[in-house]
Amino acid sequence: MTTQVSPPDTTDPDRYLAVQSSPEFVHLRRALRGFVFPMTVAFILWYALYVVLSAYARNFMSTKVVGNINVALIFGLLQFVSTFLIAWLYARFASRKLDPAAEQVRASMGEGGHR
Amino acid sequence: MYLAAISVGTQRSITLSLFGFFVLITLFITIWASRRTHNATDFYAGGRAFSGLQNGMAISGDYMSAASFLGIAGLIALNGYDGFLYSIGFLVAWLVALLLVAELMRNSGKYTMADVLAFRMRQAPVRTAASVSTVVVSIFYLLAQMVGAGTLVNLLLKISKGTTFLGMTATTAQIVTIVLIGALMIVYVTFGGMKGTTYVQIVKAFLLMGGALIMTVLVLWHYKGNISSLLGDASQHSLAKPSENFLKPGQLYGKEVAGKPLQTFYNKMDLLSLGLALVLGTAGLPHILIRFYTVPSARIARRSVLWAIGIIGTFYLFTLALGFGAAALVTTNAVKTASASGNTAAPQLAQVLGEKYFGGELGGVIFLAVIAAVAFATILAVVAGLTLASSSSVAHDIYANVIRKGKASERQEVVVARGSALVIGAIAIGLGILARDLNVAFLVALAFAVAASGNLPAILFSLFWKRFNTVGATAAIYGGLIAAVVLVVFSPTVSGATSPIFPHQDFHWFPLTNPGIISIPFGFLCGWLGTMLSSEKNPAKYAELEVRSLTGVGAAN
Repeated sequence: MTTQVSPPDTTDPDRYLAVQSSPEFVHLRRALRGFVFPMTVAFILWYALYVVLSAYARNFMSTKVVGNINVALIFGLLQFVSTFLIAWLYARFASRKLDPAAEQVRASMGEGGHR
Repeated sequence: MYLAAISVGTQRSITLSLFGFFVLITLFITIWASRRTHNATDFYAGGRAFSGLQNGMAISGDYMSAASFLGIAGLIALNGYDGFLYSIGFLVAWLVALLLVAELMRNSGKYTMADVLAFRMRQAPVRTAASVSTVVVSIFYLLAQMVGAGTLVNLLLKISKGTTFLGMTATTAQIVTIVLIGALMIVYVTFGGMKGTTYVQIVKAFLLMGGALIMTVLVLWHYKGNISSLLGDASQHSLAKPSENFLKPGQLYGKEVAGKPLQTFYNKMDLLSLGLALVLGTAGLPHILIRFYTVPSARIARRSVLWAIGIIGTFYLFTLALGFGAAALVTTNAVKTASASGNTAAPQLAQVLGEKYFGGELGGVIFLAVIAAVAFATILAVVAGLTLASSSSVAHDIYANVIRKGKASERQEVVVARGSALVIGAIAIGLGILARDLNVAFLVALAFAVAASGNLPAILFSLFWKRFNTVGATAAIYGGLIAAVVLVVFSPTVSGATSPIFPHQDFHWFPLTNPGIISIPFGFLCGWLGTMLSSEKNPAKYAELEVRSLTGVGAAN
């Protein structure tokens, strides 16, 4: 356990400012934002593409692929697949990277051993 | 005729007894929960003791409203592919909640949405704004559910103009249903608090998933697993011309009007606007947000959202089978005859499937009754969640933190919360009775638009933007809320020839039915502008919020 941040002084109002600029916390924030921001942009764009194609590319969306199953239906089902996939990726990332990093900050603040 | 009369009677009594059974079970749960509700954390957050799976089911129960079950199945049965758009938007929206909101809120809040918004701001203005928006969103949503229930009862109990049921005419039956549902939701919330309400949601989610699963399996069984032939049969029995259009986008949204390029443009914009409101609304719905407080930690909150995504996603896949199944086996025409909005598609499909697979007419009647009871359970659970969210906000935000400035005792807070549940419930009953003949689909769309335009910008800025301040937060909430409501009032939904509300007056100037594409960016803009116009800065409080929300230090337990 690294203890670069001094043990908590609950009377110090600047305690959180110190933690906020500690390397452990900066690492945690970078890890979180580095995953969730790009991923949010990605799924919003992917969803927007689907909505825009539904509005403006009717012929493309109506192309039959197998029997009566057309591109629009497959595109819609792919939104389900991508949602499940992103949720799973996030869960994996969070338990591998975010949880240990958060635990480290908590430990440095003297609140270790949380669940 | 005589046989039909018997089956209507049988179906009524089965529906009523099954629904009565559900009510008995949930009342029992409520009594049990009320004995275990001792303090504010129990009442508001169910003691924060639910597991990931339990809360995941409860989230699903809170989220899958009558609009999801009856509404989407009906939209697909009537309009084909376009109804599916709702399913997709409602599901993808959960990623916003999972990635950006759920865990951070669990770590930094206690009971209400405002706990997070007001964390580093001046309490009174921000909590007031958040509470106003919580109550507005919840009431719109509540009304839609209650009016839906009122309409449904006539269709399901087969009371039409001129006939009576237990001596009640169609109108009386509607009013009685609204009062009954309102009274039950008040009982659940005032006595059971979050504990009771959560278990009601869990039972309901279980019933709804079970019912939808059985129907989906039967539809697929009927077509021997061949989805293409299900779709083909659905379009053959639809009203689309040519019939294959039923499977393409454009039957309902983004219609192309020949010779009217402007109208075509508006229609396309309306589709984009709806898509935006659906995907951004969920993470701003107060009754969903407070569910993240019912678990012991952020990690469990994450797990519960993962469960919810799994359950809700599966359910929305079922809606495809239900909607196209109803078009194929009941026929679009028969659905439309029973209800113009298509809300009876799922129960009608149940009847047809029951007749085919559960032993003829009686089987059909029984299965219809089961699905009808599930639909009522669905509505009841959702209205309870909404009432809890708004009464919590009135008690914890307005009473405890604005009026008493944080000096109220826990006991006083809970008493006020129970009292406000009673008042809000009574208001919802009254408004529900007044609004019972209105087309209410727009109320849910409006609730989503307000949540996405006012609440979401305030939540995201609070959690991620250091400079954000009191003026910014109130500007985002009021700006987004007012923009969404005003644009809807002056939209073609409320007045003008195509409007179901004031068809003989025309004061609309906003061309779209959904305000999202304007009001959501406007909410974000107000939040940014308000912040920049105010000099308030509090880096120390932001440091505290950021550290606590990301790490769980000092999280409520």
